[in-house]
Amino acid sequence: MKPAPFSHLAPTSVPEAVKMLGEHAPGARVLAGGQSLVPMMNFRLARPTVLVDLNRVADLAYIRDDGDHLAIGAMTRERTIENSDLVRQACPLLHDATLNIAHLPIRTRGTIGGSIANADPAAEYPATMLALDATLVAQSVRGERRIAAAEFFDGVLSTTLEPDEILTEIVVPKPPAGSGAAFVEISRRLGDFALAGVAAQITFDGNTVTDVRLAACGVGAGPVRLTNAEAAIRDNGLTEDALARAASAASAEVDPDGDVHATAAYRRKLAGVMTRRALVKVAERAGVSL
Amino acid sequence: MTEIRDVSVTVNGEVRTGRAEPRMLLADFLRDELRLTGTHVGCEHGVCGACTVIIDGEAARSCLMFAIQADGAKINTIEGLATDGEMHALQKLFSEHRALQCGFCTPGVLMTAMDLVHSRDSLTADEIRNGMSAALCRCTGYEGIVNAVTKYANQIHGEGPADG
Repeated sequence: MKPAPFSHLAPTSVPEAVKMLGEHAPGARVLAGGQSLVPMMNFRLARPTVLVDLNRVADLAYIRDDGDHLAIGAMTRERTIENSDLVRQACPLLHDATLNIAHLPIRTRGTIGGSIANADPAAEYPATMLALDATLVAQSVRGERRIAAAEFFDGVLSTTLEPDEILTEIVVPKPPAGSGAAFVEISRRLGDFALAGVAAQITFDGNTVTDVRLAACGVGAGPVRLTNAEAAIRDNGLTEDALARAASAASAEVDPDGDVHATAAYRRKLAGVMTRRALVKVAERAGVSL
Repeated sequence: MTEIRDVSVTVNGEVRTGRAEPRMLLADFLRDELRLTGTHVGCEHGVCGACTVIIDGEAARSCLMFAIQADGAKINTIEGLATDGEMHALQKLFSEHRALQCGFCTPGVLMTAMDLVHSRDSLTADEIRNGMSAALCRCTGYEGIVNAVTKYANQIHGEGPADG
């Protein structure tokens, strides 16, 4: 099918963009990379009357090293993040997650801000934001608002962004030295939506775990922080026994729905399996023996 | 609501102008306005890859972009691969390795392969399979495609850095 008619606005600056969105909200939608919104428009599942297209806002595409954190413009393409040496070195989890997003031609257009603001429950970046304890910066004509990732996601395709707000920047704290990270997911075919995925970010002091953050995608209405699984690792370190406990805890603390691709029970099981695989990968990368 | 605008793109090195209302997809613009019907439209939601073209040097789905967004862009389509009636090296390899049958997906498969091979200095066998999984083919079972792309990658990467 083809999209319903709409008016297309193409601002070239953030102030211009927030002004346009403010004037046309709530019927307007923000268009980022278009890899989720355009399919929904093609199928007429979305019929915005106005699109505020951010693709000509050059100021929103950057990856900046700000010392203890990375600041990433919302319109930075996934392909740019994938190829960024700075991201690979300073935040390996973000690099790892990006490689799991769809296929290369989708990552050419898809943006980090678009993926996060779209808040698809199966998407990689929302769970990654939880695991990284990222801060999401929104702008509107009313000013700037900084939102913790834990306060940002609000159910299926839903966030706490106001209708006149645009997500403009993603602030990612750099994990300290001695950290290990991994993003793993499983799907029916490579590049498909994840049936379940887990982002793991762990800090070590030698072989001792000093901090652990785990978050899952595909197994709930939004990204899920796996706090019970985290506790199993925090209390016991990365041991075979702790991995088994963490996997059981993860399966128990998610609440997935079943669909044509996988039943709820299978997704619940996969949450545990992915948790274990992510932890094993972190241990391998950090040189920690289980 | 239905404001129709001029859209100019450089397609395969030639500046072309057409008319598009905002909702016209780039794929439809290429096919219906510019009469470049080599780009095929399959699923219209970015999954099948048949409509893949190269936009400013990188492969992307032309069904997930509006034509007006491409104004000023450089686009390479399947029509630009052959030169002076001579098939491109990748096309010859597809023929030799029986990497197509009905041919519907082939334009998108070829443009996907061009980006995959030319955007990297080297590719492992896994990376070729993973990369080519971006384009669906319902005839070949993929073996011919993987073999042809592998041969092409060897030609490009074996002879020094990628030139694209």
